[in-house]
Amino acid sequence: MPTIIIDPVTRIEGHSKITIRLDDEGQVQDARFHVTQVRGFEKLCEGRPFTEMPALMARICGICPTSHLLASSKACDDIMAVRIPETAEKLRRIMNLAQITQSHALSFFYLSSPDFLLGMDADPEERNIMGMVRKYPQMARDGIKLRQFGQRVLEMLGGKRVHPGWIVPGGVSHPLQAAQRDAILAEIPEAIRITRAALQWFKGQIENFRAEVRSFANFPSMFLAMANDTNEFSAYNGWLRFIDANLNIVADHITGTDYLNYIGESCNDDSYLKSTYYKPFGLKDGVYRVGPLARLNMCQNAGTPQADEELAEFRELERHSVLSSFYYHYARLIEILFSVERMQTLLHDPEILGQNVRAHATPNQYEGVGILEAPRGTLIHHYRIDQNGLIESANMIIATGHNNLAINHGVLQVARQFIKGKKLEQGMLNRVEAVVRAFDPCLSCSTHAAGMMPLDIQLLDADGSMVDRLLR
Amino acid sequence: MTKAKNPKARVATVWLDGCSGCHMSLLDIDERIILLEEKIDLVYSPLVDAKDFPENVDVTLVEGSISSVEDLHKIKLIRKNTRVLIALGDCAVTGNIPSMRTVFPLSEVMDRVYDENADINKQLPTKIVPALLERVMPLHEVVDVDVFIPGCPPSADNIFLAVSELLEGRVPNLTQTTRFGA
Ligand code: SF4
Repeated sequence: MPTIIIDPVTRIEGHSKITIRLDDEGQVQDARFHVTQVRGFEKLCEGRPFTEMPALMARICGICPTSHLLASSKACDDIMAVRIPETAEKLRRIMNLAQITQSHALSFFYLSSPDFLLGMDADPEERNIMGMVRKYPQMARDGIKLRQFGQRVLEMLGGKRVHPGWIVPGGVSHPLQAAQRDAILAEIPEAIRITRAALQWFKGQIENFRAEVRSFANFPSMFLAMANDTNEFSAYNGWLRFIDANLNIVADHITGTDYLNYIGESCNDDSYLKSTYYKPFGLKDGVYRVGPLARLNMCQNAGTPQADEELAEFRELERHSVLSSFYYHYARLIEILFSVERMQTLLHDPEILGQNVRAHATPNQYEGVGILEAPRGTLIHHYRIDQNGLIESANMIIATGHNNLAINHGVLQVARQFIKGKKLEQGMLNRVEAVVRAFDPCLSCSTHAAGMMPLDIQLLDADGSMVDRLLR
Repeated sequence: MTKAKNPKARVATVWLDGCSGCHMSLLDIDERIILLEEKIDLVYSPLVDAKDFPENVDVTLVEGSISSVEDLHKIKLIRKNTRVLIALGDCAVTGNIPSMRTVFPLSEVMDRVYDENADINKQLPTKIVPALLERVMPLHEVVDVDVFIPGCPPSADNIFLAVSELLEGRVPNLTQTTRFGA
């Protein structure tokens, strides 16, 4: 059977390939997304002190290290059985929001917007952030600024932009200074301006991407995200909830080790990334999505004024839940707006300068689970320790694993929509990659991967002879 | 395609077994990226739609250690085609955290991920994916490295300094400004 291989998928975080199998008439039969490296964090932490976990686990991913620091620290709080001081919790929430802001800005401006600005069919040599700097300097500058804002908040609180050591079991290592708080507050209006401008611009573009909206993993699925009593957007505190495509609750109030009853992991013979599924329904019917789209479908309100207005408009896209994964981009921008507004509220709270920021305790439980909404979706860290506080076993479930089945679904759907016949074109293959980009997968997180095999796309015939070839 | 009068330096960035944090620190040069655009052609990077790793590259920054047969193949190709090879960050310089798995036999690492921590279809991925090496290595164990920038990740200022110095034709001296871990 003829097979198209896209290797690697570019402008995503990590190394992956896509294979597309065609029948003899050139009709797409099957398409698969393969992740090509695994790092073994679940093993290499064994025997290490549990207090070392946040700093170690941060090294899973340099794009969202703060998410891993937070989920890991929450698991350690659980092991110590402490309730962390309120100020510490608020500071951690600011870190999480800053993390969401910078990571979404990276995904939207650096990685995906070249496809929107320069076009899905643009010259591959221009279709990147450098091309944007040349052709759309203002937009590039804005994107750089917005990511910088998020990174600077992380730096001002945590001391360092990537892998800040400040988030620790029991809270954070030291209080926030008034001068740093004021410096962040001063930058907020500009961050809001940039986000609103990007939202305005993107909404105007949607009309031009009708075919992408229709085919980018646009299908009914369940969604998983964090929920809470107020039904407001929640990224740090709460429990897990599954909803279906009609917004009905499928399972609720999932906390701690309960997740093992609802989330199953299935191995693939052709990818280092496992697929998670909703256990009670099994692998075939248990597909769900996580991340910005899931979170916006899940919450009733964002909880901040400007994001709430945008959310109301977003909901008008479809009758029940928003199902097209193309709208992940849109959801990401709304989440940035929410995050910046919420940071502002938290920073205006006088308690944010409180001096009590860390609870101290020795282990009081042999097991701990930390759950968090990372930029790309639900993140779970689960550790077991021995009586000396050394890690006995660890399990991490990461956003891209949750989305693996949906990404595969999307790759097939887009391939069917755009690939016709035996002539390959850059634009159609870029769209197959763009559906992966819409999910903003983080493969350093999910397993880790690299990014430098040549992109050599070959179309092979049933007997293995080359029908067409594209090199870039 | 337009070509500048003064040919720009051909620069590549690659990420092997790292966390991408070193690449993030590179992006943390923020607006200075616009300055760099005037001086360099980013001919290969996770940030651009990749071509074959090109020939005749002036400077390549490599993040991460060598963990799979694919990494091994890539680093040799990179060395062959690059004038100045930079080991960017502790993983590339020492093996750092990726090399921690080396204390366990590879089979135990794989069993943890694809057997103990899985529910169904327990199996080792073998199709399409590259095999892992038993032992994780820093770059200099396989190829000659011209410049080392330690740090986890190295600061944006240090990365910018190193690249700027090289673009001016000087060998960067980072001994006073970098340290492992920081
Ligand atoms: S040196 Fe640190 S920041 Fe760089 S890739 Fe390795 S773990 Fe990540």
